[in-house]
Order: sequence, then C-alpha cells, then structure tokens
Amino acid sequence: MHFVVCLKQVPDTSEVRIDPHTNTLMREGVPSIINPYDAHGLEEAIRLKDKVGGKVTIVSMGPPQAKEALKKAMSFGADRAILLSDRAFGGSDSLATAYIISTALKTIHETEPIDLVFAGKEAIDGDTAQTGPGIAQRLGFPQLTYAIRIRELTDTSVTVERKTESGRQIVQAQLPALITVEKELNDIRYATLPNMMKAAAYEPELWNVNSLSFDLTQMGLKGSPTSVSRIFAPPGRSGGEIIDGQNDPAGTAASVVQKLFQQNVIMVNPLMKGGKR
Amino acid sequence: MENFDVIIVGGGPAGLSAAISAANGGMKTLVIERGDYPGTKNVMGGILYTKATDMVVPEFWKEAPLERPIIEQRLAMLSGDESILAGYRDPDWAKEPYNAHSILRVKFDRWLAQQAEKAGVMIITETLVEDLLYQNGNVVGVRTGRAEGDLGAKVVIIAEGVNNFLAVKTGLAKPLKPASVAVTVKEVIALPKEKIEDRFCLDEGQGATIELYGDSTAGMMGVGFIYTNKDSISIGVGAILASVIREQWTPNDLLENLKAKPYVKRLLQGGETKEYLAHLIPEGGYTQVPRLHRQGVMVVGDTAMLMNSLNREGSNLAMISGKIAGEVAAQAIKAGDVSDQAMAVYEARLRDSFVLKDLYHYRHMGEFFENNPHLLKIYPKMFSKAAKMYLTADGTPKKQRQKEIMQMLFEQRSKGGIIKDIYGAWRALL
Repeated sequence: MHFVVCLKQVPDTSEVRIDPHTNTLMREGVPSIINPYDAHGLEEAIRLKDKVGGKVTIVSMGPPQAKEALKKAMSFGADRAILLSDRAFGGSDSLATAYIISTALKTIHETEPIDLVFAGKEAIDGDTAQTGPGIAQRLGFPQLTYAIRIRELTDTSVTVERKTESGRQIVQAQLPALITVEKELNDIRYATLPNMMKAAAYEPELWNVNSLSFDLTQMGLKGSPTSVSRIFAPPGRSGGEIIDGQNDPAGTAASVVQKLFQQNVIMVNPLMKGGKR
Repeated sequence: MENFDVIIVGGGPAGLSAAISAANGGMKTLVIERGDYPGTKNVMGGILYTKATDMVVPEFWKEAPLERPIIEQRLAMLSGDESILAGYRDPDWAKEPYNAHSILRVKFDRWLAQQAEKAGVMIITETLVEDLLYQNGNVVGVRTGRAEGDLGAKVVIIAEGVNNFLAVKTGLAKPLKPASVAVTVKEVIALPKEKIEDRFCLDEGQGATIELYGDSTAGMMGVGFIYTNKDSISIGVGAILASVIREQWTPNDLLENLKAKPYVKRLLQGGETKEYLAHLIPEGGYTQVPRLHRQGVMVVGDTAMLMNSLNREGSNLAMISGKIAGEVAAQAIKAGDVSDQAMAVYEARLRDSFVLKDLYHYRHMGEFFENNPHLLKIYPKMFSKAAKMYLTADGTPKKQRQKEIMQMLFEQRSKGGIIKDIYGAWRALL
C-alpha cells in the first residue's frame, strides 16, 4: 500500500511569544519542529506499512530550511520525502496550500497510486484544521477527520474511530481516503539507528513551481482570500472567585449551585418530569 | 552493523574538531551527539580564541556566527560594594588576526557542525553512546541507546564533555570529584547594542570582558564573568563544587549575589534575561588528567580535563586536542596500527603543545587554592581597604597614611603569612 503523509515544519509554539508593543510574533531563536499532530500521522503510516507492507511518502510545503524537518521525519522509517518550496508558494493560506499540495499528490498518484493520506488535525502555528480537508476535497478522496484509532484497513476500505465533541464515532470510507489525526492515535517511536543514518544521508526532493503544472493564480498571496487583520495576545484571565466553605458547607454548596445556574453553566432539563423552566 | 573508520562521541568543539581533521585525513567519520543538534547542550562562559579555531577552520571569522571581537579585558576585585579595577585594551584586537571573540555556543557549535558535514562527516543527533564494543579486548565500535544501535569503528574518540561517563566505563578516567569541577551558572541578558557599547566604552561591534574575583564568588575559589555579545550580555559565576557544597551556597544565589553588586548592576540595568544556563567545568588541572588513550581510543577536550581556568582557556585546548586526535586517528588507521602505542602519539603531541605544557605549568594551582581558602576571602578586603585609605583625601599626611596602611595589612595577616602567601602564589602561578 502507498501511504502519503502531509507534514509541516512549525515554530515550537510553546516558545513563541508575542511582542506586547508591536503585536508581532517573536520568532527569533525559536526552534522549529515537526507539527506534533503530523508526527502522529507519520507514525501511523509507518505502523501500517510495517503491518501490510508498502511505502511511505512524505510531502511538505515550506521554506528550504523545512528540509530539516523532512530529514528528521525520514529517520522514523519513511521511504521518500518531497519538499514543495518556491517563493511563489509564499504567503499561501490554507486554501492555496491545499491547492498546491493536492496538485503534488495528484502527480504522485499518477505514477504511484495513493491508498491513504495522513495529515495532522491541524498545525499548531495556525490551528485552522483546514488544509487536510481541503486536500481531500480537491483530490476527491473521502475525509475522515480527528481520528483517534484505525480499527481496520482492508484492500478497499478503512475504518476509523474519530473524536467528536460529545463522544466517539466509527466511520468507514473507501480507499483512497484522507485521515486527519489526533495525538491519541498512537505513541511516536524512537527511531532505530540504521534509520537515523539513512535519514542523515538522505536529501529530500525539492519541487518548485516549475516541477508541476500549477495555476499561479491559485497560490501565494494572490490565491489566498484569507487576510489577517490583527494579531494580538489574548487578555490575561481575571482571577476567579474563591468561596469559603469552612463554616457552612451546606450554605456554600447552595450558593455555588445558584451561581452556576445564574451563569448558565448548568440548567434544569426541561424534558425532565417536574422540571421547572 | 555499519562500519566507520572513526567514531566521535560528542559534538562539542573538541569532537567536531576531531571529526574535521579525521575527515580531512580521508577517514569515514561519524559524530554521535545526544542533543537535538550540536550546541543545544553545550555551555561555556563564551570566549572563543582565534588561533586554535583558525587551525581547525581557516579564516572562520569570515563566516562563523560570532558576537564581538574582544578588544578589552578587565579584571575586577570585589569586596563588599567596593571594587578594584585593572584592564588592558588594544583596538588592534578588533582586526585580523583577532585574539578572541565572544560567542553563543548554541549558534557557533551548530555552525561548526555544518563545517564538519561539509568536510564529509556524518552527524547523528539525539543519540546516546552507552558503551564501547570490544572484541578480544580490543575496541571495535560503540553501542548506542537506539534499537539496532551498534556501530563498528577502528578508532573511537571520546569527546563527551565534562560528564565523563563513557571514559569512566572504559577505565580511562575516574569519576569526577567535587574538588575537580566548578559549577557555573550563566544568564544571557538582552540589551540594545548602543547601550552595551556605551556602558563598556566600545566602538560599534567591539567587545569587552570582565573577570571578577573576590566577593563575586563569596571568596570561594572561582570567578565571575561578564562578556559582551552583539545584543546581549553573558554574565555568570563559577566556583569549585566542593567549596560551594562546604559553604552551602546554591549556584543561583551566587549569581544573584553577583548581579546585585553595584559595579555589576549598572552594567545590566534594563536588560531582560533571555537564557539561563548551568554546567560543570573541569578544573582538576594537570594532576587529574585521565589516561588519554588506549588501543583504539583517545580522550579529548573537557573529558580529558584540558582546561586552563586561570587564563580562561578551554575551548581552544579542546579544539587543539580534537584536531590532533583526529590526525593521529587518520595516520594510525592508514598505517593499519591502532594499538595503544599508535594512539600514544596523541599524548606525545599534546605534551609538545601549549595544551599540556600550560596545564603542567599550573599543576600546583588547584592544590594551592584548596589549601589556602583564605586567599580570595581576605586579600580583596585588604586591598580594597588599602586603596580606600590611600585614595581618601582627609588631611592625613601621606607618610603617616602609608604607615597606617602597612599596619592595617599586618593586622589582617601576619608578615610571615603574607610572605608565605606570596611565595605560594609565585610557585603555583609563575
């Protein structure tokens, strides 16, 4: 089977701060990492390859230094890595990015048919969760988002457990399909030394705007309808209220419940017998 | 199992220098580094000497990420809020062939690793070497902590830094003693370029260093330091671990104590701490240098205790030792002889260079300060007091004042004691 992993190099957001005066991101000296969700997608692809055989291809878009992330990704046991890098791609939003990556995947699909595409549920630097689904849409692949478990993979279908706001859902799709993944999906492995060495010697393929037939109007700033009007740090939380319950526990409990009703945190189920509105 | 000619354990200045010279000698060379990339776990005060670095990467200053060429070195002796200052400034040091630069290791080591890769060295990161591999008593490779983690090597160069686990396991070194290492903490404090240049009286781009003795280490054997970077200042303090334990200081309190000194505070004012670093520094000196070689193995840099703390030289000793070890490895492998005898050429060349000559020269120093813990406690106070008495114009005739100063000095320390201290210092340092 042919597994493709979409992977993005991102600044380690746990170390990014916002300049309080200019409201811009202070990226100086912030290390770059593989987007953690993508790393779980990569891990799953390699696990499936280990199980059913096949090949794992990594595709990324980014500046030339994203090569480092691809080399690192190779050390987990992938077979091929392609970096889409060109000034013309710069400034692309999630719509344009999905266009560029899906165009690359189409080309790969022509020579080596793709069975399953993995992507992280979102990138930690943008949190949009749009690029994965956008790629699936353009490829015409079914999309299974927020996967926390692959239940079954057959020659023609994949069954996935996905996280929803209220619980879990089990969904099935025909192959080829695209899956976006949560961190719960798996634990990332510790690369073997031979794979580390292979990765250290590996040079990712560089594809630019001339490598494929791209529609230039659909990429970069021109192809990106998103515009960022303002970046700001969220205001700090105001301190909570501390209710002393030492002396009158029953009275305190009653006042807490009352407050929760007032704030609409809890409410009486109107369908319940005897319930008051 | 993949085989290499030379495997180097550790991607610091010593290891990377060894790698570059081995690769230049035509060897298939691998560096194994436990950090995310070379530089992430590496700490020093922050002064890189030009001569030694130039020998490893010719004309490195044209490309390497350096902070500022050092044109002034100051010495400060602190006693309470008072300070005695001395220094030397030479604007020529701002030009080729420079004497030294301030650097930030996380940037510089990464760059040096890139130079090694250009020379054909392979670098594997995030990987710990746990042991050497032996066959019939001969070293034939290394064992890493990863799956399928054995690698073959004709020569292994141990450049693991001050924490000498592998060298101890190999039987070449002994575990570190608290008296043989200094614990050093350092902060990198961001300040605008112009402020740094104003405060240290520097022309644009130039750098200065200050070493601070006496109360900077609460009188313990050690030193405080302040180095100017491009847009930050490195400030740190280190003292022999045994004395820090004995006098019950925490390293962080020592640094806060130094930062609060009036002479220091003003230099740092308004800065924002960007980084906090801590590390051990090998201070055992000549007598604590481990066995430097055995069949198929050489020990370099901090692991070999190659550190001259009095002259604040370490990275240059490390780089020269690495360079020589890499050359010796290449020669030995080409000659088909990696016996202990062949490796001994490394030690002979180190003895012939300033590296072991300097260490030998200061071989009594550690013992001298250890046996005379009063030195850094009472002399800064005596000198400050003497300076204050001499320089305060209060109408006392100078002849009488000089007499009073001599009296004060001998009250603090007997004539015999002073003579003994001077003789001891003479023997230890000259």
